[in-house]
Amino acid sequence: MHPLWHLTLARFREFYREPAALFWVYGFPLILAFALGLAFSEKPVPAASVDVVQNPSDPGASEKLVAMLACDPGLKVEGHDEATCRQRLRTSKTDLVIVPLPGSSAGYEYLFDTTRSESVLARNAADRAILRAANPAAPRPEEKAVTEPGSRYIDFLIPGLLGINLLGGGLFGVGFAVADMRVRKLLKRFQATPMRRSDFLLSLMLSRLFFTLVDIALLLGVAYLAFDIRVRGNPLVFVTLIALGGASFAGLGLLLGSRARTMETTAGLVNAVMLPMYVLSGVFFSASRFPQVIQPFIQALPLTALNEGLRAVMNDGAGWEALPQPLLILGIWGAICFTVALRIFRWR
Amino acid sequence: MNPAIRVRGLVKTYPGRPPVEAVCGLDLDVKTGECFGLLGPNGAGKTTTLEIIEGLLDPTAGEVEVLGMKWGENDNEIRRKIGISLQETRLSDKLTVYETVALFRSFYPSGLTPDEAIARVSLEEKAGSYVEKLSGGQRQRLAVATALVGEPELLFLDEPTTGLDPQSRRQLWDVIRSLKDRGRTVVITTHYMDEAERLCERVAVVDQGKVIALGTPAELIARVGGEHVIDFDYDPATPVRFSANDLTSLPTVKSTREEGDRVTLTAGEPHRALPALLEAARTVGVKLAGLTTRTATLEDVFVTLTGRHLRDEE
Repeated sequence: MHPLWHLTLARFREFYREPAALFWVYGFPLILAFALGLAFSEKPVPAASVDVVQNPSDPGASEKLVAMLACDPGLKVEGHDEATCRQRLRTSKTDLVIVPLPGSSAGYEYLFDTTRSESVLARNAADRAILRAANPAAPRPEEKAVTEPGSRYIDFLIPGLLGINLLGGGLFGVGFAVADMRVRKLLKRFQATPMRRSDFLLSLMLSRLFFTLVDIALLLGVAYLAFDIRVRGNPLVFVTLIALGGASFAGLGLLLGSRARTMETTAGLVNAVMLPMYVLSGVFFSASRFPQVIQPFIQALPLTALNEGLRAVMNDGAGWEALPQPLLILGIWGAICFTVALRIFRWR
Repeated sequence: MNPAIRVRGLVKTYPGRPPVEAVCGLDLDVKTGECFGLLGPNGAGKTTTLEIIEGLLDPTAGEVEVLGMKWGENDNEIRRKIGISLQETRLSDKLTVYETVALFRSFYPSGLTPDEAIARVSLEEKAGSYVEKLSGGQRQRLAVATALVGEPELLFLDEPTTGLDPQSRRQLWDVIRSLKDRGRTVVITTHYMDEAERLCERVAVVDQGKVIALGTPAELIARVGGEHVIDFDYDPATPVRFSANDLTSLPTVKSTREEGDRVTLTAGEPHRALPALLEAARTVGVKLAGLTTRTATLEDVFVTLTGRHLRDEE
């Protein structure tokens, strides 16, 4: 059998015969996705709390207000004396206090907290309810609730997790593996045989490709079953992006592992590269939150390009038009990393 | 017939302050079909020399010819014809013995089947076991199996039995002897003199980057003055000690060496030297605490040549 086949088989065997590796590579991302999805799952907007001040000497005024507000099911109305109402507003137990003022032009006034969004929204909702109740003849536009598919947090998160899975696979699966073989003097041992270097490096890439496909299929499958995550765009573009990301990160991993003589150095290099991308590349939250001044740097990172491409295809239904940007960035990173790695690779 | 290995003026210097001269002008000739030993303490430059000959290290200066070919000109051809076993290689733990040997076999255009190679090192029972489950001796035998699976003309074994228990060492010696029987050229580095004496037809004693003696074990032992050694210890309370002259004037005594209370003599005929020694002790009034006789070993060769022990360096 061809040595390339033997070498690739050896990579497979070393992986699936190590139960700890199987857990960390496959189990952990799934658990992470599940936990985050659960924590950030969409909940309906809660009802606004409105308190109406009750004046024992003029009960009719507050009753009229309560009746008008009752038309809006998004308002939860309660009646209390003035002192209690103000206390509740101060302690955020209610979002708005309406005080009936029989002598004024409107007949009532609003007390609310301008710094709390629930308070401002409650004021808007209550005002609208009262005005509509006073003008029953005014035309009412139709209301259609629209939820865009792919707009949940979990839809944002999963492509990011796919991205860091590919990154981890390349850096640990290739970089760490190669450094480990060097430390164990296995590379030196191979060097004394007629084994072709290209066979060795190709076996790393082939095994990484296979592991990547299994990995992504597993993550997507579980995400579909648990959260109804779909690839809404062109599936071919999706697969191309995955392959592109996997190959580019494998090159990055190879570069990081190309000379390190100890596992500590390798771990340091891998973390130094991976962790900034975890934070900056828009994995858990949008990268646009970072200040404008570092955006060019963030956009140049390979993980950012991959995540944005994956999101465009999975959530926005994009097709081939989503490919050029990630292709360019990931392609350049991959090409540079592979070229430099091959030049500086240390076999001893 | 051309030598299997030819080395002239080998120099290897590692950069540093001060630079480390691992090998300083080493010459070597290994004949085809012989079992050649490089004997010396740790740090003598044996492993460095071996790795340069194996093509794993570049020399700073000097000529190296392996099987009539030079590194840098016929690399792949040389690699097809040699097999090596390094010190401390950890092969993949998660592969079986068979899978490991098959992997190495796939690199060579021709050679033994993995089963044959495994049989040569007597690991048939463990063919399906994971490497991590093997004992130290079994791992070394596996390493030798990977070295010979390509049916190389020339085998390099770097410290093949270091760190092994006596039984494993003997098993590995049997493997190496069977290689010799098949006419392979084998180069072994070792710091065990019994290994060098048992296995090697010729031995080069290496110290501090140079070959300080070369010959068959018997020749080397004879060079330091006889195959017989008399060791005696002075009683610490002895009133008198021998002078060097007293000792070398004894019949057939070739050399003497003193270390603390222990004196080592090499003698051509102990049946004459011994009575003379005891008579001299009685006459001069020297009190002895113990006396043994034994045959000389390469250890004695080394100590005579360098004034240091092989084992002290461990």
